[in-house]
Amino acid sequence: MASAREMRLRIKSVKNISQVTRALETVSASKVRKAINAVTATRAYATKAWQVLKHVAEQPGRDSLHPLLAERKAVNNTLVVVVTGDRGLAGAYNSNVIRFTASRFDPNPAPVKYIAVGRKGRDLLIRRRKNVIAEFSNLPAAPTFADVSSIGRLAVDEFMKGAVDEVYLVYTDFISMSRQVTTVKKLLPLELGGEGRVEEYEQKPAGPSAAYEYEPDMRVILDEIIPRFTALQVYQAILESQASEHAARMIAMRNATDNAKELVGALQLAYNKVRQQAITNDILDIVGGAEALAQ
Amino acid sequence: MTIRCEIVSQDRTVFTGDVDIVVLPGAAGEMGILPKHAPVLTTLKFGIIKVRKSGKEEIFTVAGGVAEVQPDIVTVLADRAENIQEIDVSRAEAARRRAEEYLAKGTPVDTDRYLVMEAALRRSNLRLDAVRRYRKSGMRIPGSE
Repeated sequence: MASAREMRLRIKSVKNISQVTRALETVSASKVRKAINAVTATRAYATKAWQVLKHVAEQPGRDSLHPLLAERKAVNNTLVVVVTGDRGLAGAYNSNVIRFTASRFDPNPAPVKYIAVGRKGRDLLIRRRKNVIAEFSNLPAAPTFADVSSIGRLAVDEFMKGAVDEVYLVYTDFISMSRQVTTVKKLLPLELGGEGRVEEYEQKPAGPSAAYEYEPDMRVILDEIIPRFTALQVYQAILESQASEHAARMIAMRNATDNAKELVGALQLAYNKVRQQAITNDILDIVGGAEALAQ
Repeated sequence: MTIRCEIVSQDRTVFTGDVDIVVLPGAAGEMGILPKHAPVLTTLKFGIIKVRKSGKEEIFTVAGGVAEVQPDIVTVLADRAENIQEIDVSRAEAARRRAEEYLAKGTPVDTDRYLVMEAALRRSNLRLDAVRRYRKSGMRIPGSE
């Protein structure tokens, strides 16, 4: 058994750790509230925008409507935008995203390029020797659309110049404080009936819709909305991911605090035993000494 | 017979409801949308959206955006939008003054900022015009007392 002094140090350090984790939990709790507000505020717009894009894509002859909607015959390169956090200590949050990405895209027939959003994701992807062509880290908390629109634009540019033939987005969908789901969404060319939450918002079964009339004209309007709404999906994904990250960190830190408390309890018990044993031994020594003198 | 109307701006849902007619400031001029309208996709100019339901009219300012019309639903994706009842006149006026002062300084050093201020000025002018034209007299205007 360890000495009393060692145990005292150990107890102290565990208590210190639990203070840090408790502080982190409180910080995350306030951040998660802000992040949830941000994500729910923009969700209506983002889902509506996605719906409009889908309606556009549902029209007959979508391949000729706009180059961003056209399915390419051969997929020679795939681009994946991976959204993670900048920091660790968020439970399995970051590694879940990377593990999901690996299981989804490692078997991909075409070579895969990655755009990493968040430092943790970048590090983990590079460690797995993935081809990371761009990284965006140190995003502000609750970013505005202008802060992150360059990410979406980069993906659209790569697609337009033919460097890649399809673009996917991997992020963590925020469902509730205790549930976050890693999700993949095909951004370009737009996939009908794709995965994601949009479906829940759809009010009617989207039948084959008639061709639109466009004002001012088709090219102008599609040129404007398709890249913009695509970038918007990236923005929304980042907000969802940030809310998920803070929620995951909060839960992880709460668990850590609870564990530390338990550990302190166990250690304290052991320490008390050692201390009492030492005192008992001391008394026995004194009593023994006194008896020896009395004889 | 009504048509569903949903106006969302980037940060919130501004209006949803079943209405009789929606008037939009389309790229090619004002367009009134009735139920069973043919599908249209249009960009929006700076202007006014009017929504009428059984004689009652609600008026919104919109600072550009996109509208999608389907036979049973009008979806307005506005860059900025608000009900004129919730426009804060004193704030809009302050914003206009700020923008005018900045723009009056002449040659911009910072082009981005210049454009931002120009857009801000257009928005405040739009809001103030809308309030002046559409808000009923006798209605309390916040900040006017």
